[in-house]
Amino acid sequence: MGVVTLTLNNQLISAREGQSLLEVIRENGVDLPTLCHLDGLSERGGCRLCVVEAEGTSRLLAACVTPVQEGMNIRTHTERLVRYRKMLVELLLAERTHVCSVCAVNGRCELQALAARLGIDHVRYEPLHPDLPVDASHGRFVLDHNRCILCGRCVRACDEVEGAHTLDFMGRGVQSRIIVDLDQPWGSSRSCTGCGKCVQVCPTGAIVARENIAGGVEKRPDFLLRILEGRQKRIWRW
Amino acid sequence: MNRTELQTMAEAERSRQQAFRCRFLCCAGTPCLSAGGGAVQQALKQAVAARNFEASVEVVGAGCMGPCSRGPLVRVIAENGEETLYERMTPEKAARLVEAHAAPGSTTLPEEWRIAEDSPFFSKQTKIVLSGSGRVDPERLESYVGEGGYSALAHALREMTPEEVCEEVVRSGLRGRGGAGYPTGVKWNLMRKAPGERKFVVANGDEGDPGAYMDRTLMESDPHRVLEGMALAAYAVGAEQGYVYVRGEYPLAAQRMERAIRAAERRGLLGHRIFESRFNFRIDIRIGAGAFVCGEETALMASIMGRRGQPVPRPPYPAQRGLWGAPTLINNVETFGNIPPIIQRGGTWYAGYGTEKSRGTKVFALAGKVSWTGLIEVPLGITLREIVFDIGGGIPGGRAFKAAQTGGPSGGCIPAAHLDTPMDYENLQALGSIMGSGGLIIMDDTSCMPDVAKFFMEFCMDESCGKCTPCRSGTVQMVRLLDRITGGRAVPEDLERLEDLCMLLKETSLCGLGQTAPNPVLSTLRHFREEYEAHIRERRCPAGVCDLGN
Ligand SMILES: Cc1cc2nc3c(=O)[nH]c(=O)nc-3n(C[C@H](O)[C@H](O)[C@H](O)COP(=O)(O)O)c2cc1C
Ligand code: SF4
Ligand code: SF4
Ligand code: SF4
Ligand code: SF4
Ligand code: FES
Ligand code: FES
Repeated sequence: MGVVTLTLNNQLISAREGQSLLEVIRENGVDLPTLCHLDGLSERGGCRLCVVEAEGTSRLLAACVTPVQEGMNIRTHTERLVRYRKMLVELLLAERTHVCSVCAVNGRCELQALAARLGIDHVRYEPLHPDLPVDASHGRFVLDHNRCILCGRCVRACDEVEGAHTLDFMGRGVQSRIIVDLDQPWGSSRSCTGCGKCVQVCPTGAIVARENIAGGVEKRPDFLLRILEGRQKRIWRW
Repeated sequence: MNRTELQTMAEAERSRQQAFRCRFLCCAGTPCLSAGGGAVQQALKQAVAARNFEASVEVVGAGCMGPCSRGPLVRVIAENGEETLYERMTPEKAARLVEAHAAPGSTTLPEEWRIAEDSPFFSKQTKIVLSGSGRVDPERLESYVGEGGYSALAHALREMTPEEVCEEVVRSGLRGRGGAGYPTGVKWNLMRKAPGERKFVVANGDEGDPGAYMDRTLMESDPHRVLEGMALAAYAVGAEQGYVYVRGEYPLAAQRMERAIRAAERRGLLGHRIFESRFNFRIDIRIGAGAFVCGEETALMASIMGRRGQPVPRPPYPAQRGLWGAPTLINNVETFGNIPPIIQRGGTWYAGYGTEKSRGTKVFALAGKVSWTGLIEVPLGITLREIVFDIGGGIPGGRAFKAAQTGGPSGGCIPAAHLDTPMDYENLQALGSIMGSGGLIIMDDTSCMPDVAKFFMEFCMDESCGKCTPCRSGTVQMVRLLDRITGGRAVPEDLERLEDLCMLLKETSLCGLGQTAPNPVLSTLRHFREEYEAHIRERRCPAGVCDLGN
């Protein structure tokens, strides 16, 4: 595979052809925030937190869905980008109902951690507080729409890794919602295998296992890579 | 069918028409039909039957004639070719029309029923795309053929290589009429050169812009023109399968397109070995389920493939990876409508209309506070003043022109100071608006600009697909802020917050919907900032529209 060279925050670096900007940026030790991206899943390009500036184009590029190109000159933390990222996280916090003090993942939530890292101490936008249900019909997992950021990680993990495609989106715009099968209680789903992958990959407290609620359990989304690698190399074939 | 047979069909149709003493063309476009056009056509037929005139008088449904707000319209074509256009017809009036025209000498009709066809509404227009609209019967293939239809395709298949067809389109300077104005010939050439065993051609007839109905009209009024344009495109780029993506709210357009496809297939104008050449091309219809975002090309393709209609990041562009991974050419319906005349009369002829960088004509849906509303086609470069005051007949009630909103939810406003700017892609952009797909809403001094901006923002909020954060969540917050402003509850920082969100959406949204959603706000802020400030600082609506009762 070919090698390309590009400039990242004033430093000349090299990358493999076909890599995404995000991969390259991370390989080079730059901390670029993301929410909808997860190693092992297809890219959604939806949260827009990974936007970067590229010299020569006025458009901002979402690093997770942009392939590297020879000669790119990328900046990841300009004043404008940092400001936008803060706004995006504020918008997410205002969109549903996030009361961290009573959340099962308080202290272990990617959204919360990101807000802290970006120095968000208050939200400038009117909280929407939509009236959303909590689906606690499943014996082991709970889906709380009030904490969902619609990143679609659960949907992709369930479809692409577990192969169940139990979860999907319904509605559009701010009315979008995660659904189970044909919008039915999770507990009544015939397609869900109960594998818990969605729980592990959900960055927030929107999908948790009942044992999470008691506190103390970390989510481990990195299992995806192990599974996928194992499958590819057929490690488990007898 | 071969070329001689096409000519025979055209001649037969022309002499059939000439055999009539008198022909009544009833507008059968959606606006006229909803004003009662169906009953008028029925009444005409009954009156003709009552007089036993069937052999010498024809009553047919035709497409949109332009001044839709005056419908139902009926055009009468006499034996000597003389035409008369009647407005606001009713079944009762229809019977008298038959008496006056089919049994001459018996009665005379009130002068005020007529629309003068030499009025500026018509004389300032140039009809290229709409030349058949209101003249051909959209339900009869012969009618289109009689007007020269399919001869461009016959000519191209016999005498032109695909390269030459592309070259002709490049020469015409035609730019995509779907909104962005990308040069059509350049797109076709890219498609032609794209490697791929299978290629697709798609006509985008989704037309979700509020108030716009250019594409619906073309599909309803002259469906074969769209098919011929698509077939020419398919030949030029090497595709064998096409789709017409019709908005779900356009059942009549879908029905007429479907019927046209069947008729063309039966005659060998679509399908296998068209005009006995080696060229095959099939077209199918796909109906949208009512989402504005499905007009966006990547969402449209997802929808055609039966997936959730959500955009995906470009590149890869459809010409690189489109439907089922194959190169796909997507053009707007009106864009395709321009193709047959370009091939027939040459790109140079077409480039003779319009301006240096914006060639040809553009169809607009003229609406709002003008005396004449409806569908118009004008050469690009015409000034807004000519459209509003000559074609549109000025502002009713002696009020003042305030602004024209162009480009729908992706567009902006042009204030009175720029009435004399020639309308082309570059000038509109320089004024902070866009050509867009052709919605043109005229506003007088009773319109409140923050309120107008709120209307479009609400539209974008409702139509956001929800995939990306800035658009999904940002549009809601922008509507809230505009609501505070128009409701007299805003503080000065709200304006700052609103402008910040505009920039965020513009720069970080995934697709064109979110990227352009702030435009109506930005453009009204640019030209009418004082109105926003009056609402915020003085709790006053200068136009007297908003209820600022706190
Ligand atoms: C949100 C959104 C909606 C769109 N809606 C339409 C539409 O209704 N009809 C259309 O022709 N193009 C629409 N477009 C533009 C298309 O994506 C595409 O650019 C166009 O069909 C290309 O055709 P053209 O080159 O002939 O203009 C839309 C774009 C966006 C971003
Ligand atoms: S999901 Fe995260 S941000 Fe939301 S309430 Fe829980 S801890 Fe807080
Ligand atoms: S538990 Fe597994 S199968 Fe069930 S929804 Fe989650 S990921 Fe899908
Ligand atoms: S439930 Fe979790 S993983 Fe799924 S979309 Fe919502 S926040 Fe993302
Ligand atoms: S900009 Fe809006 S419509 Fe486009 S992908 Fe994002 S949410 Fe969907
Ligand atoms: S991580 Fe790139 S858009 Fe979400
Ligand atoms: S629909 Fe009848 S004139 Fe337009």
